Amino acid sequence: MHEIALRAECLQKRFGGLAAVRDVSIDVHVGEIHAVIGPNGAGKSTLINLLSGELFANAGEILLGATNITAFAPDRRARAGLGRAYQKTTIFPKFSVHENVRLAAQARSSAPLRMFGGVQSDTECHRRAADAIGNAGLSGRSQVIADRLSHGEQRQLEIAMVLATDPRIILLDEPLAGMGQSEAREIIALIASLKIGRAVLIVEHDMDAVFELADRLTVMQDGGVIATGLPQEVRTHPAVRAAYLGNYGDVA
Amino acid sequence: MFEMNATRLRVWLFTLACLIAAIALPFLAPTYYVQFFAKALIMGMLAMALNLVVGHGGLVSLCHAAFFGLAGYVLALLSPRYDAASLLTTFPLAVLSSAAAGLVIGALALRTRGIYFIMVTLAFGEMLFFFFHDTKVAGGSDGIFINVRPEIAVAGRQLLDLDKPITFYFFVLACLVGVVALLTMVVRSPFGHALAAARDNERRARSLGFPIFRIRLIAFALSGGLAGVAGYLAAAQFGFVAPQMLGWHQSATVLVMVLIGGLRSVTGPLVGALVLIGLEEVLKAHLDNWKLAEGLIIIGIVVMLPNGIRQIWPMIFGSSPEVPVDAGRAEAEHAVAEARHA
Repeated sequence: MHEIALRAECLQKRFGGLAAVRDVSIDVHVGEIHAVIGPNGAGKSTLINLLSGELFANAGEILLGATNITAFAPDRRARAGLGRAYQKTTIFPKFSVHENVRLAAQARSSAPLRMFGGVQSDTECHRRAADAIGNAGLSGRSQVIADRLSHGEQRQLEIAMVLATDPRIILLDEPLAGMGQSEAREIIALIASLKIGRAVLIVEHDMDAVFELADRLTVMQDGGVIATGLPQEVRTHPAVRAAYLGNYGDVA
Repeated sequence: MFEMNATRLRVWLFTLACLIAAIALPFLAPTYYVQFFAKALIMGMLAMALNLVVGHGGLVSLCHAAFFGLAGYVLALLSPRYDAASLLTTFPLAVLSSAAAGLVIGALALRTRGIYFIMVTLAFGEMLFFFFHDTKVAGGSDGIFINVRPEIAVAGRQLLDLDKPITFYFFVLACLVGVVALLTMVVRSPFGHALAAARDNERRARSLGFPIFRIRLIAFALSGGLAGVAGYLAAAQFGFVAPQMLGWHQSATVLVMVLIGGLRSVTGPLVGALVLIGLEEVLKAHLDNWKLAEGLIIIGIVVMLPNGIRQIWPMIFGSSPEVPVDAGRAEAEHAVAEARHA
């Protein structure tokens, strides 16, 4: 069993009368890709927003390593080691690839808001940015303005930015959304490489990719967890089959 | 790389030429023009201060005249009636008052976004306006005179006297150089890059770990303090402060200077201020309906040079490394149009 990077316990989120997330507990381990799947409206996106801090839970706790981050704002969670990529690519479109990633490295540097001296002088930031760009497969594209990149490359850029913040856990919200076959292959290979030394939590609709990537699965329905475990266990779980096939598809 | 250096050299030479011209001016031009130019430089300082939040922070503020006027009032209230106030105490106090006002107003206004931010800053600016307009604190709507301009005196010996036009002019020029240097440093620093990142994509900047609220608040207070530098100098120059100095008309005029000068550079708004004030001076002398002509010319500038007058620079001197299209500009322009029509 690997060390737990992120643990959520009994998370609840209500929007008015609707319980979008009910009593969800999840452990994400270092060295593993943990996929969250479920039908539309199951609460997957709400869960990822609760974990990253864009939404606050009505009840429950979130632990990042040994730190209780339940009350932390998103920027503080990021500084504590939580990185996230969005469903809709979220980058700085007018800046170069290098500046995008350098900003990410700056956010985790020792003096992120220094007012004296230009950004050029922080060679450590530049080195970490260059490393992250290389790891995400964008070497040679670092001077390109981000909005000139292809959709797939923008995804890679977003992952490079997350890498440059040196996270302990990475949250990926539908990283393959709107992507062609060949582009998707590259991103899948990139995601597979992210788990080395880190934990990865991924929400994804592409089941082939999920079963290819995931070391562990959590299945959600109507805001609650209906199954969690290894992929082969989950695949044959009666409640999961019922959720995906409908109630009348009697499980053999 | 060589081309980079050549561009940089040209920028330095151009800056040096401007500085030499500015230093030579009082020895060549009549006093009226020296005072006129000092006034334009002071407004340029205010426009550059405002642009730290508008251009670099993407926050359109309509209360910078209040920071400007507040520093003027601080000088007026601290000045003895028949004596010169001490520059060394009143100047820092005035600037700090404006920065503190920026901190308080920013802490409240920065909880809102977009058009709401503009309206909240407008409301706070008007509050300060009416504070000085409707109370007897400093002469009410009539304003208050500063009979003797501030000085630096040590043991009864006068070292610097702002009553002398030439001394005043050089003091303004020194402040201007200081403001340009400070803003250039801040914009190029990691802080400045984080501020620009928050402008372009707040969500991403936050999820990378940047404390957006704190970054914007620091920028807003710094900008308010620098607006205070300009306000102090303006009050010292005219020897008079009135509530109009804090009003939104003034804020909107400065925003126009920022827009015609260009949002993406430190000195663009200074150029914008010189153009606008120079334009007014020329038109006033020759036309009765000069405001109409001024409006048409401003519209022409904005249409033909959507990135500001600074855009002429690369046309003359070859391409500069970064001339990005302004995202926050449409919002700013809209705000100015609204303000001017009201």
